[in-house]
Amino acid sequence: MSQRIVVDPITRIEGHLRIEADIQDGKIIDAYSSGTMVRLIERILQGRDPRDAWAFVGRVCGVCTSVHSLASCRTVEDALDIVIPPNAELVRNLMFCTQYMHDHVVHFYHLHALDWVDVVDALNADPKRTSEIAQSISNWPKSSPGYFSDLKKRIKGFVDSGQLGIFTNGYWGHSAYKLPSEVNLIGLAHYLEALEWQKEIVKIHAIFGGKNPHPNYLVGGMACSIGLDDVSAINAERLSYVGDLLHQAKTFIEQVYIPDLLTIASYYPEWTTIGGGLGNFLSYGDLPVNGYRDASAYKFPAGAILNKDLSQVHEVDLRKEDEIKEFVHKSWYEYEGGDGVGLHPWQGETVLKYTGPKPPYENLNFDEKYSYLKTPRWKGHAMEVGPLARMLVGYARGREDFKEVVDRALAALKVPATALFSTLGRTAARGLETQLVKDWALDFYEQLLTNIRNGDTRMANTAKFDPQLWAQYAQGVGHSEAPRGALAHWIVIEDTKIKNYQLVVPTTWNASPRDPQGQRSAYESALVDNTPVADEEQPLELLRTIHSFDPCMACAVHLYDEKGQQVSRVQAL
Amino acid sequence: MEPTTTQRPTYYEELRRKGYSRRDFMKFCTMIAAYMGLEASGTAQVANALMQHPRVPVIWLHFQECTCCSESFIRSSHPMVADIILDKISLDYTETLMAASGHQAEAAMRKTMEEHDGEYVLCVEGSVPVYEDGVYCCIGGRSAIDILEETAAGAKAVIGWGSCACNGCIQAAKPNPTGATPIHQLIKGKPLIKVPGCPPIGEVMAGVLVHLVTFGRIPELDRIGRPKAFYSKRVHDSCYRRPYYDAGLFVESFDDENAQKGYCLYKVGCKGPTTYNACGVTKWNNGTSYPIQSGHGCIGCSEANFWDNGASFYTRIPTFPGFGIESNADTVGKVAAGATAVGLAIHATAATLRGKKKGAQMETEGQANAAELD
Repeated sequence: MSQRIVVDPITRIEGHLRIEADIQDGKIIDAYSSGTMVRLIERILQGRDPRDAWAFVGRVCGVCTSVHSLASCRTVEDALDIVIPPNAELVRNLMFCTQYMHDHVVHFYHLHALDWVDVVDALNADPKRTSEIAQSISNWPKSSPGYFSDLKKRIKGFVDSGQLGIFTNGYWGHSAYKLPSEVNLIGLAHYLEALEWQKEIVKIHAIFGGKNPHPNYLVGGMACSIGLDDVSAINAERLSYVGDLLHQAKTFIEQVYIPDLLTIASYYPEWTTIGGGLGNFLSYGDLPVNGYRDASAYKFPAGAILNKDLSQVHEVDLRKEDEIKEFVHKSWYEYEGGDGVGLHPWQGETVLKYTGPKPPYENLNFDEKYSYLKTPRWKGHAMEVGPLARMLVGYARGREDFKEVVDRALAALKVPATALFSTLGRTAARGLETQLVKDWALDFYEQLLTNIRNGDTRMANTAKFDPQLWAQYAQGVGHSEAPRGALAHWIVIEDTKIKNYQLVVPTTWNASPRDPQGQRSAYESALVDNTPVADEEQPLELLRTIHSFDPCMACAVHLYDEKGQQVSRVQAL
Repeated sequence: MEPTTTQRPTYYEELRRKGYSRRDFMKFCTMIAAYMGLEASGTAQVANALMQHPRVPVIWLHFQECTCCSESFIRSSHPMVADIILDKISLDYTETLMAASGHQAEAAMRKTMEEHDGEYVLCVEGSVPVYEDGVYCCIGGRSAIDILEETAAGAKAVIGWGSCACNGCIQAAKPNPTGATPIHQLIKGKPLIKVPGCPPIGEVMAGVLVHLVTFGRIPELDRIGRPKAFYSKRVHDSCYRRPYYDAGLFVESFDDENAQKGYCLYKVGCKGPTTYNACGVTKWNNGTSYPIQSGHGCIGCSEANFWDNGASFYTRIPTFPGFGIESNADTVGKVAAGATAVGLAIHATAATLRGKKKGAQMETEGQANAAELD
């Protein structure tokens, strides 16, 4: 007999996610992933000025802040045939890299680490021994016995106060926690240090975009003009500030994040055989070095991998209407053509139809629709997107930089390449790509300085900023690789206004409900792939696998409509 | 892990336990007093408060939102968020950071509601969808409306983080398809602090919390419920580019020669003249910059309905209070004659009238709330 467990809310994520799982003999045998909140931002965009869209869709998510704004600018620029200046591309790349470094570090320490690090057990650590371990894995200077002793004292006081705050009711003492007390203490120390560091790196967004979260973008380039002789523009002081922050980030990633990741991973080898799931991976590619239109020169290459077959990388075309389609078979929407059909985003329909139970409810009915997420498919395949997909596509494409970081990590952990297809593989891939990104960011920074030195200070192409210069009708698509995976927006512009706007976002790929063929998407598939649950009352292992994807539900559910009326429908040309 | 005691220590006891001296403590109090804008004599008041009040329990809810407010909160530099959550408040429920999920998370919230009835501070991030019995936002199988009602009942005070909670923000933009509703329309009879912005500045959020837990009462609010300390000035009035505005020197289009000189962004749509926020003074990310400093106009993200005010973020605002006495009034006069401008002016007048009526009502409520809290 299996037993159904409900985990809602799933915490340490963005947004509202509910997982129901069937447990038998200590393993998850079936699982259902449901997004339980909608806002309908696509509907709200209709009729608005396309130049404003970046600000609206930016508010899809404040955790992966800036990624939708970037994708939106590219989408509108595609529709209006605008090419941005090289400096704007570089600044966007720098903001992209900043977002990756921030987001991945915050995910590792603040959203994921408590699945592996037992905070309360850290109180049993010997500070001297902790110091020895810390110094054996890294040159990071905050590693003295006194440092760990003070921290331990502080945490003891906190625990003794009886008010555990964010640590209340955690799964402390669970049999699945395997770290020695000393490593738990290191993890906790770096949880707090990362909290302090993350507010620094985002200053790069503030310098170029005025603020973080939600920095400002601009269709046609960036608004942060370069003016070396003015205090109000991007000048030598601002640029030095950026350089300094990038170097600090490089140090933190090299000396804290990566050593911690490898150390913690080494205590959980069994998690290289758990939570693999689909085996299909998709990346749109990003970080242009020769302009956004030259996809062959992206730092992150594009492509699709099927059935874990790294010998072949398939090409992906966002404009082809038989490649990416969204289904609503198990989603609280309806299509004019019925629940069996899938629609390309340019023909997308977003008609909400909630048929779930009236709250308060105990369980959802999975024979019927059960989520506000639509279900995207690529050529009919369920695809996993995210850091692991990007690393595998780069690896399968034979890119030396990818191979080097991947092979080095595999060797350090003494595991075969197949270990990548797992919960731990996903978590490791996030760190490995951060290693690449921290260096690429410095390359972009040097290139920006070189351009300015050579006299190119252009930051925006405003030749088509005036809507009077636009065609009566235009459609476009823009993509990015958000920290959580492949992201694309589709737009139709008519009479200078948005006629339709559709987003297919990373967490929609990963967290969506089943398609008409009954195929599971990535979350559900990973959960039923060997994920144990030792104690049904404390589903720690379930959280590990889900958190390895870094869920972002506000992104995944952005659609809507009112009372069953059709709110968006676009005919392809 | 069960708590070993229910007796909550005071800040002073915590600091001493962490090895700080009495002298360190008094220095800290002086700093906080200065931060709160108090005279030197305020130090004793702060010290007294910190020695008497234990860590305040906080429940932080998430409804229709994008988590930018939580993200902004963890960007705070002074105080840093680790110090806030370890030393100043007991953040007993927040879906973004808490270790527990599911039943254990709900149990943590319930425990705080039971053990600290009437004592905890309720923070709300996000708007509440009211259409269709609230099915557009459910957590643990319960609607946001239900959860808000229940948690607000036992709260000492409520803080609305960000524009979503304060005015509905983006999901309430036309046509507001889910019935996204700001919390002041749903919570009655509780002291309510509105901290609008998309998101609010991290240091502003921390400042509001510090004020609340340090002094045990809400900061002074303006007529619509915002802390005066951070929302009493227009961005325009504290903008370092203001002299260019007064001199009639404007950016005509993005990245033009004037943009490279840092001229005023009014003509490319800056909403600084109609936006009340601390951006020009406190700035963002520990004072690093703010939108105007980085070349983009203010989009007015702390103002109600900022998504629907005007044709585009790049359309210049035709008229605003204090306009007409500036040196470039003639330039603007031409714009104001346009049909769009007239339409907007009528809209603005109507909004002001509504605002005044509502404001008076809220002021009365606010005073009653403050009295209750004292």
